[in-house]
Amino acid sequence: MRAEDLLTLDAAGLYCPPGGFHVDPVRPVARAVITHGHSDHARAGHRAVLATPETLAIMAVRYGEGFTEARQPIDYGETVRVGAVDVTVYPAGHVLGSAQILIEWKGFRLVVSGDYKRQADPTATAFEPVRCHAFITEATFALPVFRHPAAAGEVVKLLDSHRLFPERTHLVGAYALGKAQRVIAEIRAAGYDAPILIHGGLDRLCRFYGEQGIDLGPLEGVAGRAKKDLEGRIVLCPPSATKDLWARRFADPVTAFASGWMRVRARARQRGAELPLIISDHSDWDDLCETILDTEAEEVWVTHGQEDALVHWCGENGIRGRPLNLIGYGDEEEGEGAATESEGL
Amino acid sequence: MNRFAALVDRLAYEPRRNAKIALVRAYLAEAPDPDRGYALAALTGGLDFPHAKPNLVRALIAERTDPVLFALSYDYVGDLSETVALMWPGPGPGARSNLPPPGIAEVVETLRAASRLEIPRLIAGWLDRLDEAGRFALLKLITGALRIGVSARLAKTALARLGGREPDEVEEVWHGLEPPYGDLFAWIEGRGARPSSVDPAPFRPPMLAHALEERDVEGNDPALFRAEWKWDGIRVQAAAGLGEDGRPVARLFSRSGDDISQTFPDLLERLAFDGAIDGELLVVIDGRVQPFATLQQRLNRKTVTPKLLADMPAAIRAYDLLAEGGEDLRALPFDERRARLEAFVARLGDPLIDLSPMIPFASWDELAAARADPATHGAGGDADAVEGVMIKRALAPYVPGRPKGEWFKWKRDPFNVDAVLMYAQRGHGKRSSFYSDYTFGVWREAADGRELVPVGKAYFGFTDEELKTIDKFVRTNTVNRFGPVREVTHTAETGLVIEVAFEGLNRSTRHKSGVAMRFPRVARLRWDKRPAEADTLQTLLALLPEG
Repeated sequence: MRAEDLLTLDAAGLYCPPGGFHVDPVRPVARAVITHGHSDHARAGHRAVLATPETLAIMAVRYGEGFTEARQPIDYGETVRVGAVDVTVYPAGHVLGSAQILIEWKGFRLVVSGDYKRQADPTATAFEPVRCHAFITEATFALPVFRHPAAAGEVVKLLDSHRLFPERTHLVGAYALGKAQRVIAEIRAAGYDAPILIHGGLDRLCRFYGEQGIDLGPLEGVAGRAKKDLEGRIVLCPPSATKDLWARRFADPVTAFASGWMRVRARARQRGAELPLIISDHSDWDDLCETILDTEAEEVWVTHGQEDALVHWCGENGIRGRPLNLIGYGDEEEGEGAATESEGL
Repeated sequence: MNRFAALVDRLAYEPRRNAKIALVRAYLAEAPDPDRGYALAALTGGLDFPHAKPNLVRALIAERTDPVLFALSYDYVGDLSETVALMWPGPGPGARSNLPPPGIAEVVETLRAASRLEIPRLIAGWLDRLDEAGRFALLKLITGALRIGVSARLAKTALARLGGREPDEVEEVWHGLEPPYGDLFAWIEGRGARPSSVDPAPFRPPMLAHALEERDVEGNDPALFRAEWKWDGIRVQAAAGLGEDGRPVARLFSRSGDDISQTFPDLLERLAFDGAIDGELLVVIDGRVQPFATLQQRLNRKTVTPKLLADMPAAIRAYDLLAEGGEDLRALPFDERRARLEAFVARLGDPLIDLSPMIPFASWDELAAARADPATHGAGGDADAVEGVMIKRALAPYVPGRPKGEWFKWKRDPFNVDAVLMYAQRGHGKRSSFYSDYTFGVWREAADGRELVPVGKAYFGFTDEELKTIDKFVRTNTVNRFGPVREVTHTAETGLVIEVAFEGLNRSTRHKSGVAMRFPRVARLRWDKRPAEADTLQTLLALLPEG
């Protein structure tokens, strides 16, 4: 038995022949197993979708109830037979509902991680390492320069600045699914309980998180407020909105971005961040390496991101590493740029 | 080091000058002596550790990390200090030090006293004790390239504000002092006397001119004023004298007080006098002043090659004499200083330190004629390097700063072309939501008719109202997007014609059009013109200096 017998690559992405399904396919397929709700992994139009109840619900929020013909929910720890293989999902710690997919066939265990992180996150179930023979890992931040500090400390930077410039709006660019809610939850955990204003693009997902029992405290809209009423507020918006016409309503904002990319100064400056907040929903270098060791996998496939460094590290550690060079998965924050630029609200 | 590191970190993301000054000032107010003094030295470029160089840092990281991973990381990050700061792995379990992070004073004083062999071990030990921001600041500090967007002048301004003083007051005493500047802080904070400057070659804050306006000449007797050419180089101050130990000291300062001696060793060795010349630094080949583009190749270099010195020799064209033989001449009227300067330069007898000639004129009209045609009014073959004329009151003393009514600059009329907006990019800081950087082009003949070729970029010159209208035009006329850049419609019939003003034109191999503009800016929006009516590349090429 080889990993290749269980998982191959075709035009739609990762395909499991004995199971007859794709994992996070980038084009419509008959049967898809979806790791999490980010738009580059969860696309509309598959005939059948197997995913956690939260991921299914997120897809319905984003694409409408008709995003697939047949939904099959699967809870963390639950095993279902798909074709000839057993599929079990485990928490990936990435965003609400995110899962790693364990595929078992004839005693061979293969795990597709999707995107994952090991850091604590009040809005996502914590990652569980799963022992396996072959581990398919992401590599978004797979360079040793990426070592994410604790998110709580980054939020302190934001609140410190808010105290230092109490009259300035603090505009925080954070991706709409997962990042925004985590940042809000961390702000609440740090003791800030005044209303937080949110861009219209975050509204539905924040409400959804609330319905799922994740308390984000009082959230209010930005639209229709007088300039004066925006001064000194903490405002969250999708990253691209900081450069939109939308952002002109703020007189002299402190612009912050919550992203793992903020670790590198030149990148942060390129994005126009005055206050870079290193908060990522991906694993940093140390956690990627740690996780690979935790799985005890003999073989590691590296999907999207900085494949070279992680494959090299695997080789140095006696693990067979292989780059998959999957295309179609950007980091959401990166891929979001001009294409989805919205100029209204 | 932590406080200093936090300052360096904040400065890295702060684009606004006033906010930078406030950050530096707050640091100087809070940090203890002698830490803040060394930090001030670091910010003003006054620290040098000859044995701590980038190669040493490379060697240290090579001992701790995998070379492939380092190479991939360095390639990604692009900055050595930052790469090492980010990926420095720490001493490993068990070896972790219980020592607190080192202070900046500890770092500076230890490094100064250390032998070359000890230095790698010292730096590695500090890196182990610091967090990422601390490691970054340490590495930037010791390798002598802070480059965090803070000029020496800005740091001195922040220091002056600490005690309600003027930055020029700090400049006056600065060059006699050494880090950690205990006496300087005591004076600024009102705890001590003004430090007496014993430096034989201090920086003297320069006197600057106002742009000439019509009311400045109206009713003013031309006989009370003198005029000379305004040369298109960089304004410098050449100061030299004998130190207390009898050894000669010479320094070359930029207008802002940065010591640029290292960049111009060829000039420095000519400063064998006791005095201070205010002049223009130019590149002169065979007695001819070269265009600014040539001089530019000599600026901002840390190391200079013999070839560069031979190919582009630097010279000073003297405007003024500020001190001579220990005597401060600045209180004397211009005419007297000029007479002293002429004698001084004549005694030097150095062809590369010459006089900026006076322009004789009996009426403002005569001066206007000289300004319009410098070549036939004394500038001769150097006329292309004339930026305009300077008008100075004959009785004016030399006053630091920009005093009213004493000196005027009357620049030559800039060139203008009508160009077509082709691409627009969003600006930075306060303008980050506006398309405020414009690439414009002019027409040229192509195989299948006329086409627009980009000739330059402009990002100022417009009013806030004009910015809004251009921004709206860009957003509603976008035909293509390339990342942050939008291509806007630019056909013969539809598009936006911009009247672009610029100071001069040079040949350029880097631009598709073969020309590069100096200081291009938006002069007017020509909504009244169709793109087809914009200028051609031929018109521009005709403006090129010959040769």
